[in-house]
Amino acid sequence: MNPAARLIIQRLLLGVLTLLVVSMLIFAAVEFLPGDLAEATLGQEATEETVAAIRRKLGLDRPPVERYFVWLGNLFQGELGVSYANGRDIVEVMGTRAQNTLFLAGMVAIIATPLAVGLGIIAALYRNSYLDRFINLVSLSAISIPEFLIAYLLIVTLSRSGMFPSFVVIDETTSLISRIYQSILPALALTVVVSAHMMRMTRASIINVLASAYVEMAHIKGAPKPAVVVRHALPNALAPIINVIAINLAWLVVGVVVVEVIFVYPGLGQLMVDSVGKRDIPVVQACSLFFASVYIILNLLADIGATLSNPRLRHGR
Amino acid sequence: METLRFARSVPISAWFGFIVILGYIFVALFAPFIAPYGEHEIVGDQYMLWGADHLLGTDNLGRDMLSRILFGARNTIGIALAATVLTFVIGVFLGLLAATMGGIVDQVLSRIVDVMMAIPLFIAALLLLTIVGTSVFNMIAIIAILESTRVYRIARAVARDIVVLDFIEAARLRGERLSYLLVSEILPNITAPLAAEFGLRFCFVFLLIAALSFLGLGIQPPTADWGSMVRENATLITFGDITPLLPAMAIGLLTVAVNFVVDWMLHRASGMQD
Amino acid sequence: MIGSISRRGLLKGAAALTLAAGPMAAGMAQASATPVRGGHLRAGISGGHTGDSFDPITFSDLFMTILGAGAVYSRLTEVDASGKVVGALAESWEASTDATVWTFNLRKGVEFHNGKLFTAEDVIASVNHHRGEDSKSPIKQIVDPIQLMTAPDPHTVVFTLDSGNADFAFLLFDYHLCMMPADAIGQGIGTGGYVVESFEPGVRAVAKRNPNYFRGDERAHFDSIELINFSDVAARTNALLSGGVDFINQVDLKTLKRMKRAPGIVINEQPGTRHYMFQMICTQNPFADNHVRMAMKYGVDRQAMLDKVLYGHGQLGNDHPISPANRYFDANLAQRAYDPDKAKFHLKQAGLDNLAVELATSDGAFDGAVDMAVLYRDSMAPIGIDVTVDRVPGDGYWSEVWRKRPFCASYSSGRATEDWILSSSYLSGVPWNATQWSNEAFDKLLIAARTELDEAKRSEMYGEMQRLISDDGGVIAPIFANHVEAHSDKLAHGEVGTVSEMDSGLMIERWWFT
Repeated sequence: MNPAARLIIQRLLLGVLTLLVVSMLIFAAVEFLPGDLAEATLGQEATEETVAAIRRKLGLDRPPVERYFVWLGNLFQGELGVSYANGRDIVEVMGTRAQNTLFLAGMVAIIATPLAVGLGIIAALYRNSYLDRFINLVSLSAISIPEFLIAYLLIVTLSRSGMFPSFVVIDETTSLISRIYQSILPALALTVVVSAHMMRMTRASIINVLASAYVEMAHIKGAPKPAVVVRHALPNALAPIINVIAINLAWLVVGVVVVEVIFVYPGLGQLMVDSVGKRDIPVVQACSLFFASVYIILNLLADIGATLSNPRLRHGR
Repeated sequence: METLRFARSVPISAWFGFIVILGYIFVALFAPFIAPYGEHEIVGDQYMLWGADHLLGTDNLGRDMLSRILFGARNTIGIALAATVLTFVIGVFLGLLAATMGGIVDQVLSRIVDVMMAIPLFIAALLLLTIVGTSVFNMIAIIAILESTRVYRIARAVARDIVVLDFIEAARLRGERLSYLLVSEILPNITAPLAAEFGLRFCFVFLLIAALSFLGLGIQPPTADWGSMVRENATLITFGDITPLLPAMAIGLLTVAVNFVVDWMLHRASGMQD
Repeated sequence: MIGSISRRGLLKGAAALTLAAGPMAAGMAQASATPVRGGHLRAGISGGHTGDSFDPITFSDLFMTILGAGAVYSRLTEVDASGKVVGALAESWEASTDATVWTFNLRKGVEFHNGKLFTAEDVIASVNHHRGEDSKSPIKQIVDPIQLMTAPDPHTVVFTLDSGNADFAFLLFDYHLCMMPADAIGQGIGTGGYVVESFEPGVRAVAKRNPNYFRGDERAHFDSIELINFSDVAARTNALLSGGVDFINQVDLKTLKRMKRAPGIVINEQPGTRHYMFQMICTQNPFADNHVRMAMKYGVDRQAMLDKVLYGHGQLGNDHPISPANRYFDANLAQRAYDPDKAKFHLKQAGLDNLAVELATSDGAFDGAVDMAVLYRDSMAPIGIDVTVDRVPGDGYWSEVWRKRPFCASYSSGRATEDWILSSSYLSGVPWNATQWSNEAFDKLLIAARTELDEAKRSEMYGEMQRLISDDGGVIAPIFANHVEAHSDKLAHGEVGTVSEMDSGLMIERWWFT
């Protein structure tokens, strides 16, 4: 069997297993958290009677293990259930938000990946030149500023002048153009955050490979420098670069809570944090499964990419 | 003579990095002697402008900004550094183990890491810290465990490329012990990308602590730490006041310095001289 | 987690006289303008959550209070800007002399958004939604005393209470008591000035004017409205300054001065009953000794807290929950000030030279709770009381820390009536009596005042109760917060109500574009 195909099937099966474990862990963690939905919703206004009434209504008075298996059973029948907090269907709650999250992540990926890899190659090629140092300085400064500060700075500079809106208002009826236009500031803020990391890894990996003997050989044979980098160094440096891109893309899907809050972007991150706070377990579970699936798929792609890019790994050992 | 030549071979950027890092360490150690006021002493009105009495003005409670930045160095750097080092110890060790031994060890470790990484870091930290409580020790341990999964991935990926090379194969055939393989053959060959990662990881740990502080899960008040100082004063930016940028710049300067030094080491390790 | 939570905040609005002239001036200047119909209101509001719904039982924060209770639904009564109870869906009402039987006459010909006529049956169903064994409602306390509801005819409802309550008409303005069609409870179908067009919980809501609104042209002046949830205060500020929204609530007090200077921005500030507290559990040592409690109270630098936590936008408190904005606030009770000597005296009376206590606090308790604790720690040090500030996660604060730790930070929005706040949080043995304070004289006065119809006597009784809590109770209540909002100068309004934030929660129906 083709090693790549075997890898994919193996990984998909493992992915399902991973999802199962993740759902168990998240369920257990939320159970361990102090308080439940009844107390979290009522807050200061909780009385014993009302808390008990809510628990009865939602079945929270039943043992956790039983509740988990009921949830799992429903899941296998394709039922994600309804939100504890307001009884809305979870598919409906998550649907548009998941699309929004993926849209923003995709937009950032399209801007950041070529930018970061390109800058990384240039920096490696002309390492220790002023250009390299400048790229380094800018990317390092960018990465060390907390993301909310980047977002505020973007708003103060680009939004106050009326160039871009400071917050996002999108729903199903929003046109693609308007969607892109409105999402520019959040996408820029996230690009700043992820590009530096990707660029640094690209540069480091290429420099690392450039030091190896066969590249030296190609050099001695008289191949021009850029050609050496692109033809010999880059393919061998791809594994760690692809890895870092995958990690950053996964982060883009799940780690954007702060940016979502500041730009009022209706994505999944805020939904999940909100739901953890309210102990709305069905929503938390559904979000975790979504995030975990995205992560698993991205990693599968990264591993396939790494395997295909390295001739030695391609044929196994 | 040898030392002098070495000193001259070190580029300006690395020197700059060294000096800044030493400066930070000095400040972190001697903050109580350098700072003009106490760490949480209220010495004036709120948001006083920069002036002779308070070089960088005061914060939202009327505490001296300069003093808090100086004190913030020890709290912030100490915790972030401890967490980052622990992250690398765990991550690199397990990553190398998985890459070298392969088979079942690799499978088990990688699956555990897959599960951990499939849970968003921020959410996992939030859940765990709420459950176990927010002592400094807990915070360092939880951050290290969660972040180490990222380091594991990278260590494993680069080590996998090395493991298939001939000289490792040769060492295996020679019957070398696993510890020898890890420490003497593989580790030196993957330091470069790992070192580059260290500088960045330090930053990420740092920003994670800042984000956690913001949620009330980080460093306890009235202790000064740069992350919460940025957050407390962030709205001022809206009105063009750069005060909240100061602690952010303190973070930035350190990051740049650490990474300059890392770059130089990377350059040296690669054995190339321009 | 981000931003502050505001709960039910009803209060009698005889407050204007206690307020500094500055903030009111802006509101007054526009009070004379006549309303104009038209325009699309965009408001940036804090306090929306992904778990929000149009079921009034779930209303707990600002977004749904002003959208649900303030624009989509209507209530039987309303408290007008001067603080008087007036009719809304009820035209008039009368109470029996012992204040136990209340008869409400309903408006005729009122239509719900779905075309159904509003009748007494709907009132009973809407109130019953909160009653019963299995009630999940946070206002059980208001509806529990209702023994019987009857509808002699489709436009009359009679409530029979188990004991007299002179404030009952007032309580019906609680924002949970929205009137809904009996066959469509909690679905966003009301009699209010705006009909829901789209609603994404925790994100945004759009509504357009109700063409069959029962008040006609008198109210609901905007053609359409759009509420956008902003939990981050800086984002809210930016949205207003860049012209993206016309109105924001809960302005950042830190930067209020700078905001005032921005062109085209008007600040609207009202006194409130929301107060911040440190609560000592009176049945646990060392707080079981009232001398210790008094030492703790004299060690508070109230002015510093007002200046630094609220940036001056509030009133000083006197360790009881009745604000200068309440009806029976006793101005004769001397304002307690920072007095280290008196604190030391009480500490000595308790037989102590020094004391170490741990104060649990969290940003989840209220915005500024951590700062307030740090300030307290500083002012207590010279007295010989060592306060250790323990900052705990906001998540789970109310279930795990509040009412459990002997000394912790807390807040209350206050209540519309004195009886309500005192009965819910200070009467011996009630669940929300977080300090477990118990005082026989106080309990007797409180019960007696409920049916006392002589205003002067009633006022005296509430004055005495304030003194008892202040000198003996377990709360340290140093400050009351003002409501502060900001809007573009294109928005205008009449006199602003002070029952709760945003013109008693009715700004959407009451305000207009110039």
